[in-house]
Amino acid sequence: MTTLEFRNVVKRYKVRGAGRSNELLAVNDVSFTLESGKTIALVGQSGSGKSTIAKLLLQLERPSSGQILLDGRPIRHRGKGLRDYRHQVQMVFQDPFASLNPYHTIAHHLARPLRLHGRARTRDQLEAGVARLLERVRLTPTGEYANKHPHELSGGQRQRVAIARALAPEPTMLIADEPVSMLDVSIRLGVLNLLAGLQREENLGVLYITHDLATARHFSDEILVMYKGQIVERGPADDVILHPQHEYTKLLAAAAPNPELRLQQLAGA
Amino acid sequence: MDTSIAVTNKAGDKPTRVRRESSLSRLLPSRSAKLIVGLIIAGVIILWGIVGPLLVGDPHAISTDAFAPPGPNHWLGTTQTGQDVWTQVAYGTRGSLIIGFVVGILATVLSAFFGVLGAYIGGAVDEGFALFTNVALVIPGLPLVIVIGNYVPQNQRGLFLIAVVLAITSWAGSARVLRSVTLSLRNRDYVSASRVSGEKTWRVLVVEILPNLIPVMASQFVFAIIFAILGEAGLSFLGLGASNTFTLGTILFQAYNDLALTQGAWWWFVPPGLVIALFGCALSLINFSIDEIINPKLRNQTRAARKAWGLTAEQIKRLEKEDVK
Ligand SMILES: Nc1ncnc2c1ncn2[C@@H]1O[C@H](COP(=O)(O)OP(=O)(O)OP(=O)(O)O)[C@@H](O)[C@H]1O
Ligand SMILES: [Mg+2]
Repeated sequence: MTTLEFRNVVKRYKVRGAGRSNELLAVNDVSFTLESGKTIALVGQSGSGKSTIAKLLLQLERPSSGQILLDGRPIRHRGKGLRDYRHQVQMVFQDPFASLNPYHTIAHHLARPLRLHGRARTRDQLEAGVARLLERVRLTPTGEYANKHPHELSGGQRQRVAIARALAPEPTMLIADEPVSMLDVSIRLGVLNLLAGLQREENLGVLYITHDLATARHFSDEILVMYKGQIVERGPADDVILHPQHEYTKLLAAAAPNPELRLQQLAGA
Repeated sequence: MDTSIAVTNKAGDKPTRVRRESSLSRLLPSRSAKLIVGLIIAGVIILWGIVGPLLVGDPHAISTDAFAPPGPNHWLGTTQTGQDVWTQVAYGTRGSLIIGFVVGILATVLSAFFGVLGAYIGGAVDEGFALFTNVALVIPGLPLVIVIGNYVPQNQRGLFLIAVVLAITSWAGSARVLRSVTLSLRNRDYVSASRVSGEKTWRVLVVEILPNLIPVMASQFVFAIIFAILGEAGLSFLGLGASNTFTLGTILFQAYNDLALTQGAWWWFVPPGLVIALFGCALSLINFSIDEIINPKLRNQTRAARKAWGLTAEQIKRLEKEDVK
């Protein structure tokens, strides 16, 4: 079993205000552990630091203090250590319109990680690998999708490509930063179900970042509630939603009065 | 920068395909009259600059036939010393084109190096490069050129020196534009995504960022050529041009010096002037059509057109937001 641990992580940003420079605590002493086979939902309002946690986990940013540990060992920031880390931890970005390069084909987006992580070498292997990935995210006929450019796909299809790209290195951990918030309501559940299915098949550890309490409860084992850079409440999904302790969580739960109903609405749409 | 978009149907997940294009054809605007006219004029002039000198005689050859108007012996008449203008224009076109392309390439390389590389590396390197670019930007070009022109003895003032001087005084503006475009591109999600995929730093730059800069750089390259040809003509006219080489500018300078105007010898200065003007026009037309690719607002993608494709109000709004980026 793989674990990815956040231990007392702090991230400060310097912000240049009018004349004076200020510090902004985007992530303030956050600890949690992701385990393979489990889904943790990270909820919180806009600006609470959710994406910053994702960036730290993906090594797109370095923590100001604290540690990130993979299987109990501090993670490496360069060279082979970094490559091995990227092998294990992958990400699905929020905006599928921004996360695919308009210049390149879908095949390019999938073939690069396959090659970089030694999953395929020859032309034929790459082609087969791309087809296999597209099939796993239900984009068939695969040959047709492989040669398209991102702008020829719908938002939902683009997000499926982004998921396929994240799966290419065969990771053990998947960070999904609001993977459906940019998508049309009618196709959100399809994408989330796809993610949940892949998570079960691959025994992935998933960090599901979202605003939506209903899907957080339905798709995850545990919920972390973030507020102004700190985790203010955590626990099993049902407990957090049904018996919120912290003021902020109560507010959130009240704003979405009936999660079950909302989920049915989503499914019915 | 989409040139077409997928139209989503009710079920949402299955788009009706509008158009499929290759990477390269997406960089070109579709059937633009401006582009075609520009390419044809520029093509003819470039071809003339390459082939012309091979077909005509020695441009320096003098004859007793001074200030002869256009006729069967001399298609474009002769100069004060009886040199054939048609022959000179052929060599002059080649000279000006060489200057144009050498400056275009040098300025593009310099601006890419200081603009793109600095912005991509960031930090102190970026600040240093940006400072250097700004200094280069405010160096007054003409005085510098005059100083250099005076310093270098006339017999050593070759085509290449003039090209280098023009390139040095013209790359900085492009570098600033490239820097700001690169700064915005390197923060795009797809750049982070390729880093997460494990792509090497230099490959992210070359494979993910550079292709998206091609339209901007192409436009700057074309502009640098216009600038160089006009700049060279201006320098030559001031008597600071390349010596021993024919360019359109040096022909004009000679014509002016040898009183072609007062003698009414229009055939001496109109043809080179016309070639410069036509080539400038053609390159500007090409540039306008490249601009239309870079700036979607100039493109024929109006609200009405998008409605006609059956997009919802929300999708149109999102596209318009993308345009603003
Ligand atoms: N590169 C940066 N420089 C300075 N401040 C930053 C930077 N990135 C994020 N921040 C700040 O850190 C805070 C947390 O941002 P973050 O993107 O993590 O929020 P979020 O919870 O993901 O919000 P949302 O739900 O809107 O995506 C915000 O106040 C943001 O302005
Ligand atoms: Mg976010």
